[in-house]
Amino acid sequence: MQTKKTIFRSRALPYLLLAPQLAITVVFFLWPAGQAIWQSFLRQDAFGFSTQFVGLENYIALFHDPSYLNSFKVTAVFSISVAGLSMGLGLLFAVCVDRIIKANRAYSTLLIWPYAVAPAVAGVLWWFMFNPTIGILSYALRQMGYNWNHATHPDDAMILVVLAASWKQISYNFLFFVAGLQAIPQSLREAAAIDGAGPVKRFFTVVFPLLSPTTFFLLVINVTYTMFETFAVIDASTSGGPAQATNILVYKVYQDGFVGLNLGSSAAQSVILMAIVIVLTVIQFRYIERRVEY
Amino acid sequence: MVENRPLLTFLSHLVLILGVISVALPVWLALVASTHPSSAFVSGRVPLWFGPDGLSSYIKMMDQGASTSGTPPIGQMMFNSLVMALIITVGKIVISMLSAFAICYFRFPFRVLAFWAIFITLMLPVEVRIVPTFEVVANLGMLNSYAGLSIPLIASATATFLFRQVFLTLPDELTEAARIDGAGPMKFFWDHALPLSRTNIAALAVILFIYGWNQYLWPLIVTTDESYYTIVMGIKRMASVVDDAPRWNDIMAVVVMAMMPPVLVVVAMQKLFVKGLVETEK
Repeated sequence: MQTKKTIFRSRALPYLLLAPQLAITVVFFLWPAGQAIWQSFLRQDAFGFSTQFVGLENYIALFHDPSYLNSFKVTAVFSISVAGLSMGLGLLFAVCVDRIIKANRAYSTLLIWPYAVAPAVAGVLWWFMFNPTIGILSYALRQMGYNWNHATHPDDAMILVVLAASWKQISYNFLFFVAGLQAIPQSLREAAAIDGAGPVKRFFTVVFPLLSPTTFFLLVINVTYTMFETFAVIDASTSGGPAQATNILVYKVYQDGFVGLNLGSSAAQSVILMAIVIVLTVIQFRYIERRVEY
Repeated sequence: MVENRPLLTFLSHLVLILGVISVALPVWLALVASTHPSSAFVSGRVPLWFGPDGLSSYIKMMDQGASTSGTPPIGQMMFNSLVMALIITVGKIVISMLSAFAICYFRFPFRVLAFWAIFITLMLPVEVRIVPTFEVVANLGMLNSYAGLSIPLIASATATFLFRQVFLTLPDELTEAARIDGAGPMKFFWDHALPLSRTNIAALAVILFIYGWNQYLWPLIVTTDESYYTIVMGIKRMASVVDDAPRWNDIMAVVVMAMMPPVLVVVAMQKLFVKGLVETEK
């Protein structure tokens, strides 16, 4: 690991400087994570009267539980839709801003502010627009002959949470795509133009391949975002319903743990999720090391 | 610009204008809804232009709150959000700067181990380990307090990495000169390391403020005493009660007030925000 060449010498000081960070890490991160792993091997009744060691039984039960497997499927559909939609729109807006010389700063400002909106607020806003009785979008859909009701139709509920989660994430993807586009040397595009490639052909043969590092980086970030940070979007709009249609993995941990009080199962789910995060983080870091070279 | 194609430029403007409008639509509707009397929603269609009530919903919510759903006045909830966001911002910056300084400027046993212990926090979002973390906080008696709201969210690997990066770019000659002049480590930190990372601190503060203000799940489970409710979690409590007897104007007034502070921060400090966002992901 890298250090400075010139360093200071002191025995106690470095530990003192590290102490607050390490204390919080141990008390609020490592200890609870250890607890989660330990609890995942236990079975506890809902009142906490008796606990017994059951080994891997919680995990085995989970993978035989259709509602858990369903939650995996829901999470996959949700993540892929949100990543696809928000990255697609982010790229589209970035390409447009990149073409325009005048006013691109103004457009950027008008596109990035949703990043600051809380996920819970995003959920409430979209829930309001799609509300079956008074929502403006459900009214418009009714006029077109579609009876929208996310409280009873699983597909409608999924569309609602995908839109709310993507809406918030477009700004992030937009910013990184703009930065990625600016890093592409102008000479490459000019050379392609001189060779007679039109704007569309240039985009697909020159610009988009050169953006692939940014795209891959954003894909990992977006999957992480949809898997973990969209909890509030779901809780504020559909609460995982109807009939588990939007019950993503991280929401199920909370529901089974706090609402269902099934602690062993919830802990086992936590551990599985942690494993997924670790894999995603490792991918992200490996990739970032190589990011500089094109 | 490689060539001049008016049609494409026009199309780009069109796409962007449509994008800006659709991105703003949800917030526009919320703003409009908050200015109507609650009777305006009975007809079954949300109005598209401002109503006659102006700011009265805001004023009402500001000093009374939705008493039916047991939430305190919005002013109080906004104050709680502000306190929580500021403690998280300042706390994260202070502890990660100190630990990054220790890791960069000293060699000591277990240094690599400490680095990895911090790194692990990156991998464990609160949502994932929510039940055991709640138990720890409950056992420490930190429920219903500002400490319980903010301290468990204060450890941050990203901020530590960011400051490590910043310190690694400071020239070694600076440290040598300071040492020759007889400066100890803390004097060096205070006189050189801290001032030289000013813009990074500001950029990070913007991101952390938004992060802190927008917390939802954590305040929801560690507060049962309404005087510690934050505004973002309070919306959900209100919305779920008000669903039976919709007072949409009031809910939307609270929604607008909840998103105003972080949105203003982003718009006002756009440059720092972009810098912070790009840096923390490195």
